[in-house]
Amino acid sequence: MIKRMFERLFQSQVWRSMFRHGLPESNRTRAETVFYNFFLHVHPTKVRKRSIRFTYTWGLGGLSLGLFIVLTATGALLMLYYRPSVPQAYWDMKDLQFVVSSGQYLRNMHRWAAHAMVAVVFLHMLRVFYTGSYRSPKEFNWVIGVFLLVMTILLSYTGYLLPWDQLSFWGISVGTNMVRAVPFGMGETISFLLLGGNVVGENALIRFYVLHCFIVPVAAVILMGIHFWRVRKDGGV
Amino acid sequence: MQKDFSAEVASDAKKVPRRIAFIKARTAARVKESDEEMAMTFPSLVVKEIIAFEIMVIVLTLVSLFVDAPLEWIANAEHTPNPAKAPWYFLGLQELLHYFPPVVGGVILPMLAVVALVVIPYFRVNVKREGLWKDDIRHTFVVLVTVGSLLSFILLLFEVYVMLVPTLVIIGCMLIPYISRKETGSIGWLGSRSLSWWIMTWFVTIAVILTAVGTLFRGPEWSWTWPWEGLY
Repeated sequence: MIKRMFERLFQSQVWRSMFRHGLPESNRTRAETVFYNFFLHVHPTKVRKRSIRFTYTWGLGGLSLGLFIVLTATGALLMLYYRPSVPQAYWDMKDLQFVVSSGQYLRNMHRWAAHAMVAVVFLHMLRVFYTGSYRSPKEFNWVIGVFLLVMTILLSYTGYLLPWDQLSFWGISVGTNMVRAVPFGMGETISFLLLGGNVVGENALIRFYVLHCFIVPVAAVILMGIHFWRVRKDGGV
Repeated sequence: MQKDFSAEVASDAKKVPRRIAFIKARTAARVKESDEEMAMTFPSLVVKEIIAFEIMVIVLTLVSLFVDAPLEWIANAEHTPNPAKAPWYFLGLQELLHYFPPVVGGVILPMLAVVALVVIPYFRVNVKREGLWKDDIRHTFVVLVTVGSLLSFILLLFEVYVMLVPTLVIIGCMLIPYISRKETGSIGWLGSRSLSWWIMTWFVTIAVILTAVGTLFRGPEWSWTWPWEGLY
């Protein structure tokens, strides 16, 4: 009875208007499942067995994307409880710890996923190097990948200031002092532009917030789009 | 192997109409005959992706339930912690700053690393990746020893022992196939490694060691502190 109910459902006009193919029971409908699905159509309908072996890629590229998705979801929720100003930012962190339901969990998830993403993206780069997967025609995709690693570090680094505790403040101070070492006066200029002043203060907090929640993620998403599209066009999964 | 025509019959002949394609010789389109085994993306790949994602979320959840993200006292510009550390992925750089002047450690070396990564696919030696000792063995030996000594001398001059020791170990490993000319086993494997393989492995080893030293072994005034004496 239940089976017949499902069969009726899958053949109904409403279902068919959403999914234009039958159940993936034959290779034809399996191919259509990928081909007609917005999210799956980045993949080809068939892939080389060799390239989907787990020990070939270790799933590192996919896991990087997975971590980015987790970070976007937890980050959006954190934005609901966070005000990027001094000293509210710090008290909002305390509220996340002690007042907001599951606030500590939410923050932990965002923090650990961020650290994991830096490591996983780096490991993904190593895998691509050691399997020689940067060879023609994929040279430029490797270059985009290096920039994605830089974006990942920038995302993590700009987020590091936001809790506005001693750890963030001095971590960012050390980093921006490194930038000051750039010669020909450029270091001072870049550092001033980044901080909105000569020291880490309220201006720096709002700048890092905008960089962290909008500018760098948008840039990263655009680069990711190109990265995945080129993987596919160059004959990968 | 390139054939002049290609014929395909779908594996699922009952449900898929038979398709057959003939491509005559000397057409513009080139048809490559490939013997590689293929799999349907759905379910073979999609199921793997979903499982990997779920395991990742479960692990993250467990870690997040039991380990809290750090939160110290509110930022205070008057009170500098000793040592003041950057996030862990920059501690390798901070460790470099301890040895080299800021322009070298904080600007030139990281810029060089990024540029070196970007240009990898555009150099033929990285694309061909032949064994280091494949061509002129004497020439390779002379260049390797010269470059190795120069690098070691610079590291010795700046007293960067945390880089000097792994550098010497790796150069030693590179030289093993020169001393023992065995072509099988682990020595044969070492001998078949290419120059780009060695450089990347050296870079990663140094990066990991510097980061680990900066994270675990540096205390007040950036002095050497064992992890059991306290983590800073």
